[in-house]
Amino acid sequence: MAMLEVKGLHRSFGGLHAVNDVSFSVAEGAIKALIGPNGAGKTTLFNLVSGVLAPDTGTIVFNGGRIDGLKPFQVAAKGMARTFQHIRLFPKMTALENIMIGRHIHSRAGFLAGMLNLPLTWKEEKHIRQKAFGIMEFLGIAGLAGIDATSLAYGQQRIVELGRALACEPKLLLLDEPAAGLNMRETAEMADLISRVKGLGITVLIVEHDMSLVMNISDEIIVLSYGQKIADDKPLAIQQNREVIRIYLGEEDAQD
Amino acid sequence: MLRHKYAQVFMLIAAVVGVERLTRFTDTHQYLTQLTMSGYYSLVIIGLCLLIGYAGQISIGHAGFFAIGGYTSAFLTTFNLMPYKDKALVSFLSKAGIAVSRGDLYGGQVLCIHPWAACIAAILLTVAVAYAIGGPVLKLKGHYLAMATLGFGTIVYKIVLGTEMLGAADGISDVPAFTLVPGIEVSGGLETRVMDYYIAWGLVILGMVLLLNLVHSRVGRALRAIHGAEDAANAMGVNTGRYKLNMFVVSAVFAAVGGVFLTHYNGGIGPSEASIIKSVRYVAIVAIGGMANLWGALIMGLGLNFLSLRGFFGSYDDAVFGAILIIIMLFTPEGLLRRDLFSDIRALLSRRDGAGEAGKSGSGGEDRA
Repeated sequence: MAMLEVKGLHRSFGGLHAVNDVSFSVAEGAIKALIGPNGAGKTTLFNLVSGVLAPDTGTIVFNGGRIDGLKPFQVAAKGMARTFQHIRLFPKMTALENIMIGRHIHSRAGFLAGMLNLPLTWKEEKHIRQKAFGIMEFLGIAGLAGIDATSLAYGQQRIVELGRALACEPKLLLLDEPAAGLNMRETAEMADLISRVKGLGITVLIVEHDMSLVMNISDEIIVLSYGQKIADDKPLAIQQNREVIRIYLGEEDAQD
Repeated sequence: MLRHKYAQVFMLIAAVVGVERLTRFTDTHQYLTQLTMSGYYSLVIIGLCLLIGYAGQISIGHAGFFAIGGYTSAFLTTFNLMPYKDKALVSFLSKAGIAVSRGDLYGGQVLCIHPWAACIAAILLTVAVAYAIGGPVLKLKGHYLAMATLGFGTIVYKIVLGTEMLGAADGISDVPAFTLVPGIEVSGGLETRVMDYYIAWGLVILGMVLLLNLVHSRVGRALRAIHGAEDAANAMGVNTGRYKLNMFVVSAVFAAVGGVFLTHYNGGIGPSEASIIKSVRYVAIVAIGGMANLWGALIMGLGLNFLSLRGFFGSYDDAVFGAILIIIMLFTPEGLLRRDLFSDIRALLSRRDGAGEAGKSGSGGEDRA
């Protein structure tokens, strides 16, 4: 069964068809990449899947249930977590606290329990803290736990953001350009981390510009151009796809 | 963290007792009156501090909630039900002990709602209004939210000012004492000055404990996340809309409780308590205390309200609070009471001396973090 099944998805802004009749599926446990030139509609597609935008038409089925039209927090509660292209860590909070937010959907204490500091919240808090710290250890950043997240190095912030998403224990992880702004060594580290995330049994959908990363770790790749899907195949086949080569490198006669 | 949090609460308790002892030894008991009133205003301020500083939502209408609390309490505890005592509802209230008779100033008997019942009614009404207003209004951001809450404050002010039943421009007077338990009452009499002081500051201490707990809870963490990056908090499963609304309601209830108790203490309430300038004053105090700093807000709330109530600012009272808001926003938007204040001042002074380097690093104090 597919973890994510997108059918006939359409979203336009004014006269621009940002995402035009796109269908695809992501198999459970796979890493699927979404590539395409700037303005191809990758971010819009990502926002549609994660609930930031509602589709004009089309359906999104996630883990057996319709999620199109749901708000991001509802989508998250169903087991989908994401990272952001432009890092969106919570300022004035430590790296550990940032990751603890990821445990939100797995904990319950509300306003009243919090204000009265009820004993039942103590155990929950301890559990949240332990889980978050465990994730930092898994990602090899346990040493950063007490540091203000937004004062970390850029590459470390990317990993903390990944940790925050992992803390949700998602079934599907959406990564929006996880290698953006990283140098080659950091990109290789990120690729390694994403492979290890797959090893946890988490399905991954990734938008990325860095071809080395995409080709190395993806099981399948979708190529978007002007809002439409033009290819959906294994990495090797994508590399040899004439249409893909044309939109990335231009027409043969235009190459000079 | 937890131990640290309560250590400060114990210091507050010690300070509250210490101040009362001090006024006893120095024979300055008259100060307790303003300290008591400042305590009730501080309830509004610490609630608002959490809304502004932690949840990141501004409200320039909290005097409205203070007034809803105060006026509901004042109206219910002074409106004479005696003429209606044969009506089913009134006789039921009377039998249930919710309406009680007492002697009025002129020796007659009046039948009014018991202060406890009135207090609960005031809180329930505040919760209802806060949900009704907050639902649509909190979808707005920044200036728009500020203007919408300003509109709400204006409406409450105009309603209490224009309603004959609520005393119009005179407000409501002759509000009875609030007997919390037999022997302990909020009355504002000279002989109960010490008791009133302890009730007010007991409430403030309770309020601080509740809010400090909240700050250090799962909800507090989510609120800070909303403040920092709302879209990311939402993507992590935080129902940002509901959290903001709940925080708005909690802060409204804090304001209303302050209103209820101050009304019983003063024996009445007037429309000026609902005025916009009061709302602005609350925001100014939160700002000067340091937006996300409960202790700073409390200390500033106490200090500035005390000075204001003592008449220290004379006729320029409101102007002073306006000026404070401007100065804080211009020079220290993070508030006055914070750790790196002294390094900032040093940097500012050395810039005056022409040491450009120190001046540069002093702009935000980030280098010390």
